[in-house]
Amino acid sequence: MRVSLLVTCLIDLFEPDTGADVVKVLRAAGCDVQCPEGQTCCGQPAWNAGFADEAAKVARTTLEALEATDDTVVVPAGSCATMIRVFWPELFEVTGDHDAAERARALGARTRELTELLSERDLPPMRLPEGCTVAYHHSCHLLRELHGHDQPLALLDRVEGCNRVDWTASERCCGFGGLFSMKLPEVSVTMADDKLTSLEEQHPDVLVSADSSCLMHLRGRAAHEGKPIQTRHVAQVLAAGLEGRAP
Amino acid sequence: MTEAVSNDLATGHRLVGTTLRERTAEATQNVRLRTALARATGRFGDHRRAALDSLEDPDALRLAARAIKADVIAHLPELLEQFAANVVARGGQVFWAGDGSEANAYITSVAQRIGARTVVKSKSMATEETELNEALEAIGCHVVETDLGEWIIQLAHHKPSHIIAPAVHLDRYQVAEFLQAEVTDDRVLEAAPGPLAAFAREQLRAEFLRADLGISGCNFGVAETGSVVLVTNEGNGRLCTSVPRVHIAVMGMERLLADWDQLDLFINLLARSASGQHLSSYTNIITGPRREGEADGPDEMHVVILDNGRSDIIGTELQEILSCIRCGACLNVCPVYRQIGGHAYGWVYSGPVGAVLTPLLAGEHPEAAELSNASTLCGACMDACPVSIPLQDLLLALRRRRAADASRSERAAWKAWATAWSNPKAFRASMKVASTGRGLGRFAERAPGLSRWTAGREAPMPAKRTFHERWRAGEI
Repeated sequence: MRVSLLVTCLIDLFEPDTGADVVKVLRAAGCDVQCPEGQTCCGQPAWNAGFADEAAKVARTTLEALEATDDTVVVPAGSCATMIRVFWPELFEVTGDHDAAERARALGARTRELTELLSERDLPPMRLPEGCTVAYHHSCHLLRELHGHDQPLALLDRVEGCNRVDWTASERCCGFGGLFSMKLPEVSVTMADDKLTSLEEQHPDVLVSADSSCLMHLRGRAAHEGKPIQTRHVAQVLAAGLEGRAP
Repeated sequence: MTEAVSNDLATGHRLVGTTLRERTAEATQNVRLRTALARATGRFGDHRRAALDSLEDPDALRLAARAIKADVIAHLPELLEQFAANVVARGGQVFWAGDGSEANAYITSVAQRIGARTVVKSKSMATEETELNEALEAIGCHVVETDLGEWIIQLAHHKPSHIIAPAVHLDRYQVAEFLQAEVTDDRVLEAAPGPLAAFAREQLRAEFLRADLGISGCNFGVAETGSVVLVTNEGNGRLCTSVPRVHIAVMGMERLLADWDQLDLFINLLARSASGQHLSSYTNIITGPRREGEADGPDEMHVVILDNGRSDIIGTELQEILSCIRCGACLNVCPVYRQIGGHAYGWVYSGPVGAVLTPLLAGEHPEAAELSNASTLCGACMDACPVSIPLQDLLLALRRRRAADASRSERAAWKAWATAWSNPKAFRASMKVASTGRGLGRFAERAPGLSRWTAGREAPMPAKRTFHERWRAGEI
């Protein structure tokens, strides 16, 4: 199966190793991974700030890049996948570009968030030799817009030695919210603290999510407060499992 | 010993002259507030889920409720006419109030005509909008809020911080302190729910018996019979509307349902979503004043139908906010509300619904517009809303409105961003600058948005080489 990877700007710039692990896992799942030239960003920052025309301009660029093939588009971030599937049609409609809205609907129909896609694929046995206790953070868009509650958990449960713990705040927003984190930074960090305090009750080795943005925010807050919390994208845990090493 | 209770400045309407960031930053410093909120909203949330799970398919009911309200709003003028005609047919009187001052003028004129000295009120968010208490006090009335939470905050000179739990920002020790000030003998009130409620009952009973005028809100108006439906737990609503000789109900014009079949569904959803009860302790359906041969009820019953900016919302992309039934479920699940409580929103309504309603109903204050930023757009509110209002979409629509009025520099910044990031080459160049630069920490010193990030969080460091560079080099 051929897939086109929208790597996302955050992984591109801050976490290319996560991107490499995404590719590793997709290949292990039998995917021929392409990374279309010309992709930039889904436009979500401007869309969430209310600047629809600017968001549409950027989204159109990535739409065109992803339209170059008929591949399944795979996105290793629930938030960006939601932007394409849920908000692109609306974004193009409100900016009066009905043609792009139609094209966005067609693209959305073949766009999958990474864990959605992987949950339908066979993967070789995965094992964390030393065992690892993980807590999963449900990112809001994947959870509530794409209804991706079970897939990431099931994937983690496929990894031998990956011991998943439940925690009270697993479905509560981490407080990132893109520009929210800069517009109301004090609230953003108390939301992170709320989340991290709940997390500490379970003493996990690693905090895992399917969105690097939430993890970047939580990791940044934990480091600022001197809390020794490790974070991993779900693809990093799966890649470690494939290679039989610690995540 | 308790610490000093919050002052008026932090607990009133402070929309004008403050920024959202100032108010929210202040709230996050209040550990006692956040503790009270976490406890209360957690409890509300747990009870709500359990109560909804007792229904066969709650999500289907939420969608049915959404469709009903959409239909009601689409036919609002006719249904309001029908409602008003039926109120009058059953001996009631109707006043159409264009805004808060018209509503207050009518109500104070009734109070003056009947020579009202003591006015008892049951809970009403609409009269918070109109600031009715102040208007009644200005003509010399003694106004007593009789919902326990409302009474507490009236004594404290606070504004409600939650739609259904107005004193949720106070813990029992703070409540005991405010109530103790009302004790005229040598009793010392124990800071426990039972003794505090018993004291409130003793005080409020006397006021009910003294009152000449009772004022209530209206959870639902039913057009087919002209009925006013009150959903309460303390029984104060029933006393307010049946003991005094005149009852005035104040109804936001959108709080209407066509018939009792619709009411059936909404009664099922409201108590479950609000307090997690299958049914509230009291559901009063009031149809007209006391009739010949009836033992109790008021001599006069008035319904004030309040517009106050609502009709301006009809026909806009924000219309669905008029479907709100004021259950407070969106507040209880909102991770932002959980940290800051209601007062930081600055006006009558708080939480996600307040972030939408305040710019619409208090739009004369330019400060109101930024309320749409009081959300991470996490969507928990939409999932909890018993009427499935797409609050996240409405917040986004408000942000788009606001962007149209944004400063020239903000617009220029987004334009520049869009120009660069819609061009793959320029995008790569901007990534390159970041990844080969000296990290965001140094950059943050010049960029205010980033310095806001780094004040509370370690800044992420861009990788030395981006994913795309490594991909193109064949290394991945």
